[in-house]
Amino acid sequence: MKEKPWKPWLLLSPSLTAVFLLLIVPVCFVVVYSFWLRAPSGMDIPAFQFGNYAKFFADSFYPVILLNTIRVALETVFICLIMGYIPAYFFYRTESRLKPFLMILVMLPFWISFIIRTLSWINILGDSGLINHLLLKYSLISTPLPMLYNEGAVIMGLIQYLLPFMILNIYVSLDGIDKSLTEAAQSLGCTEWQAFREVTLPLSLPGVSAGCLLVFVLTCGTYLPPMILGGPNNEMIANLIFKRVIGTLDWPFGSAISVILLLLLVIIVYTYNRYMGINQIFKSLSKG
Amino acid sequence: MKKLISGWTLIKLYTILVYVWMFAPIVAVVILAFNPQQFGTFPMEGFSFKWFVKLSQNSTILDAFKNSLVLGSLTAVFSTAIGVPAALAFIRYEFKGKEFLNTLLIAPIMIPEVILGVALLLFIRWLQQPKSFALLLIGHVVLTLPYVLLIVQARLVGIKREYEEAALSLGASPFQTFREITFPLLAPAVFAGMLFAFTISFDDVTATLFWATAQNQTVPVQIFSMLRTSISPEINALGAVMIVLTVSIPLAAGYVARRFARGNTP
Repeated sequence: MKEKPWKPWLLLSPSLTAVFLLLIVPVCFVVVYSFWLRAPSGMDIPAFQFGNYAKFFADSFYPVILLNTIRVALETVFICLIMGYIPAYFFYRTESRLKPFLMILVMLPFWISFIIRTLSWINILGDSGLINHLLLKYSLISTPLPMLYNEGAVIMGLIQYLLPFMILNIYVSLDGIDKSLTEAAQSLGCTEWQAFREVTLPLSLPGVSAGCLLVFVLTCGTYLPPMILGGPNNEMIANLIFKRVIGTLDWPFGSAISVILLLLLVIIVYTYNRYMGINQIFKSLSKG
Repeated sequence: MKKLISGWTLIKLYTILVYVWMFAPIVAVVILAFNPQQFGTFPMEGFSFKWFVKLSQNSTILDAFKNSLVLGSLTAVFSTAIGVPAALAFIRYEFKGKEFLNTLLIAPIMIPEVILGVALLLFIRWLQQPKSFALLLIGHVVLTLPYVLLIVQARLVGIKREYEEAALSLGASPFQTFREITFPLLAPAVFAGMLFAFTISFDDVTATLFWATAQNQTVPVQIFSMLRTSISPEINALGAVMIVLTVSIPLAAGYVARRFARGNTP
C-alpha cells in the first residue's frame, strides 16, 4: 500500500481540533481572566493587574488552604502507598486461579460513581453508621464517636477513590519484573526478604512513583470528599474554586485560584517528567 | 524451621482486609437501600422495596436518568468517532511529532476536572452562550477523549497489519478489506472505548456540577443536590441502582465483546 503522508493528519485532525478549541483555548482563557477586574454587575472588566493574586496572598486564609491541600494530598499518597503495595505484590506473586477475578474486583470501583463512593462513607462513619452502631450495640462506648466531618473522613473518601489507581500502577511495574531475578538472588544466598528489598522493590519504583504522582494530582483537583465528608476546616483549594465560581460568581478570583492550582501541578508533573517520564502513568492507565 | 505464620499468609490477609475496606461502604449502600425506616441507617429493621418504588415515582430523578443515559450514549458515540481515527493514526503511521501529539492528547487526564469545568464554562460565558445540554456533551467528550485514546490504542497494538495486506494481495478491494477484515478486528476496541466513555460520562460529577443546570441534570448531580439536605434512604436506593447499572453493564458487555472477538478472530 502506498503511504500518503497527509493521512495520519487527517485522522488526527478531529481530536486535535477538539482538544485545541475546547481545552487549550479555554484553559488559556482562565489565565487571561485571572488578570481581569470583577465588575459589580454584568461582564467583568478586561485588565492586566495582579489584584486577584495579591488577594490570595494578602493574608494567611488562602495560603493556609493551599498548604492544607498539599498536606492532605501527601497523607493520601502515603496511605494509598501503604494500603496498595501489598495487594499489588500479592497479584504479582499469586498463582491462584482467582487472580483475574480479583483483578477485576480492584478495577470495579472505577465503574462506580465517585459521588456514591464518597457518600457511602457516611453509612460507615456517621453517628448512626456501621462502626458506631456495632460499638454501641456491644456497649464498648456510650455515645457515638464523632468520626465524620473531619480530615480523617476526607482522607477515607479520597483513598476510596484513588487506591485502585495506586494498586494498578504498582502492579503494572511489578508485572514487568522477571521472576527469575529473585530466584537468582535467593539461589545466591539472599533470604526472601533480602531478595525483595534488593531486587523487587527497586525495580518496582517506577510504578510506585507513577502511582504517587497520579494520586497527588487527582487529590489536589477534587472538592467532593471535603464537601461531603469534611467539616468547615477541611476545605481544599478546589473547594475554593467551586465556591468562587458557582457560589459568589467571582470569576476573576476563581480563575486566579485555578491558575495557582494549575501552576502547582505543572511544577510537580514537570519535575516528575524530568526524572521519570510521564509515559509510565499512561501505561498503567491503559490497563484499566 | 517453619515459622508459625508465613509472610505469604500475612500478605494474603492484608490483601483481604484491603478488599473488605474497599467494598464495605459500597455494600452498605446497597443493603441500606432496603431499610424501610425513615432514616437510612443501621440497625436494619425489616426489608422493603419501598424506597425503590418511591424513586420510580420521582419525576425529577427519572428525568435526570433519561438525561444521563442520552448524554452518556452521545458522549460515547462522539468521543469514539474522533478518538478511534486518532488512535489509528498513532498506531499505524509514522510522522513527525507523533510522541508529542500523543502526550498532548492524553495529558488532559492530568488536568484537574475542576479546572476543566471552570475553563469551559468561562469560555461559553465569553461567547455569551447559556449553559445547555450541548455544553454538557462537549465537556464530556473532552473529558472522555484521553481515556478512549488510551484504551483503543492499547487494543489496536494487538491487531496485525499483515491481515489487511494479505486480503489486499488476495484481490480484495480496499472497501472489502475494511468491511471484512479491519472493521471486525477493530470493533472490540471501538466497543471498549464507547463503554469507557459512557461510564465516565454517566458517573462524572466534579466537572459536570459546573456545567449542569436545573433543566439539564444528570443522576450524580441530582444525588449531589439531594445530599444537601441529608442522607436519606432514597439516596441509598438511587446509589444501589447506579451501582448495579454501572457495574453490570460493563461486565455483561465485556462478556459479549469477548464472545464477539472470539467469533471473529481469523
